[in-house]
Amino acid sequence: MITGKLGKVYGNGDVIVRQGETDDCMYEILEGQVEVLQERGEKEVRLAILDKGDFFGEMAIFEKEVRSATVRAIGEVRALTIDKKALLRRISEDPTLAFRIVERMSHRIRELDNEIVRLKAS
Amino acid sequence: MTDGTDLKLDNGSRVAVLGGGPAGTFFSYFLLAMAERIGLDIEVDIYESRNFSNLGPTGCNMCGGIVSESLVQALASEGMDLPPDVVQRGIDSYFLHMDVGSVKIETPLHEKRIAAVFRGRGPKGSQNDDWRSFDGYLLNMAQEKGAHLMVERVTEVFIEDKGKPQIKTKRGHSQVYDLLTVAVGVNSPALKLFTDMGIGYKPPGTTKTFICEFQLGEEKIGQHLGSSMHTFLLSIPRLEFAAIVPKGNYATACMLGYKIDKDLVNAFFSAQAVKKNFPADWESAENACQCSPRMNISAADPPFFDRLVFIGDSGVSRLYKDGIGAAYRTSKAAARTVVFEGVSKEDFRNHYWPICKSIKNDNFLGKLTFMIVGLLKKVRFARRAILRMVSLEQSKEGSRLRMSTVLWDMFTGSAPYKEVFFRTLHPFFLSKFMWNVAVALWPFKNRPSKGEAS
Repeated sequence: MITGKLGKVYGNGDVIVRQGETDDCMYEILEGQVEVLQERGEKEVRLAILDKGDFFGEMAIFEKEVRSATVRAIGEVRALTIDKKALLRRISEDPTLAFRIVERMSHRIRELDNEIVRLKAS
Repeated sequence: MTDGTDLKLDNGSRVAVLGGGPAGTFFSYFLLAMAERIGLDIEVDIYESRNFSNLGPTGCNMCGGIVSESLVQALASEGMDLPPDVVQRGIDSYFLHMDVGSVKIETPLHEKRIAAVFRGRGPKGSQNDDWRSFDGYLLNMAQEKGAHLMVERVTEVFIEDKGKPQIKTKRGHSQVYDLLTVAVGVNSPALKLFTDMGIGYKPPGTTKTFICEFQLGEEKIGQHLGSSMHTFLLSIPRLEFAAIVPKGNYATACMLGYKIDKDLVNAFFSAQAVKKNFPADWESAENACQCSPRMNISAADPPFFDRLVFIGDSGVSRLYKDGIGAAYRTSKAAARTVVFEGVSKEDFRNHYWPICKSIKNDNFLGKLTFMIVGLLKKVRFARRAILRMVSLEQSKEGSRLRMSTVLWDMFTGSAPYKEVFFRTLHPFFLSKFMWNVAVALWPFKNRPSKGEAS
């Protein structure tokens, strides 16, 4: 039996983050895959699939807005919560801690730019 | 390579790191990562003679092996997710045991956020081939980032004519460096190399601790200890604090106190509050893998010079708790200073020392907090009041966890002592505690309340 697994286990289809709710943390995926969905009326639009080593919910760390999307487990997922207060305290002491988050957000903006260009061109 | 007067690193600069424990490997990893970001090409040599894949004392850096909740989260933010073979047990709660009863305190999200690890590959005699050393894992990460491992024992350190540190090893290897980072533990004889240099380095103050790791078997660990850290506030003379942490099929006991000897260890394991956590047929921890390492309790003075910086235990560490977390903070602060500012004494004073100073100042409040807890644990009604207050908080859904979070943060090292201390001065905390003291003193109310374990 493996006793050294950290985080919390979510079953297939479990909602980890719900669009419209408020929360004070982000999540690091330690195992498995999640899908990021935006609910538009009755419809769900899948925005992304995230894997082990990715994080989500980071907007809640820097904004006071409600969750912009729903995040649901695909299969069994193990994720670790990173508290807003603890992270911001660390970042205020050590701004380099935000490098990875900024890098990933920059990467996502680049992807969004490409998506806008693709949509405008079509 | 820089000349003797330029106190900044440049392309081709060489950095030596003495000690391949968490402080040394965090420093090497972050130094190389930050240098890479700004296009700085430097060489890093880590001097470590210990083999972390060995079982028992030869592969172990001798500590309780707890990676705190706040460090687990910080490492995850860095993208350093600790794998399950490096973590021997994920901890999701802790038990506070006193002679007046025990109570369980859960993490708010019922999540395993504390990592119990072996610093080496495991206790002597262990049969677990699938475990990896925490220190070995970090060393491997630093090597993957580009650090060179020098399996050498450093026997001489001096400042050469151009003001650069030079080191010599037992096997005759000699090298001049642009920066020497000292990341050895307070138990290492290597610290003497620096006190003998005549530069004015005073090593940190220490106290002796006791650690033992004994095999109970996975099933019994599951039944008796579970995924909880067990902390003990017992009125045993000379014993400050003790904890038992489950790790795989082993349990690690850590004791802090004054002049810890065999009698004190026996008194602890014979206490009813301790014995009830073990199987009835369990005799003692006599055949356990055990050590009595020294622990940092005060800062080195000063922990930096031109081209020379002391990090982790050899510099400043947190009092009693989260030594690995302090190693992470000081090593990153030193790496940031070296990459973005320079390697002069002034650079370290302006950019590295503030972090050390904040840990040092926080330790002052930590000492005060532990002193108050030390006084409270000697008074039976105060112990009952603490137990009652925590029990009520844990049994009522949505209750404000005032005492629970104070104890959680204090015993797990998850928050600065300053925060813990000032929370105890909050009027609501004090009034609740005084009310529980009054109830604990009232003779007809002195029964265990709901949620209070026997």
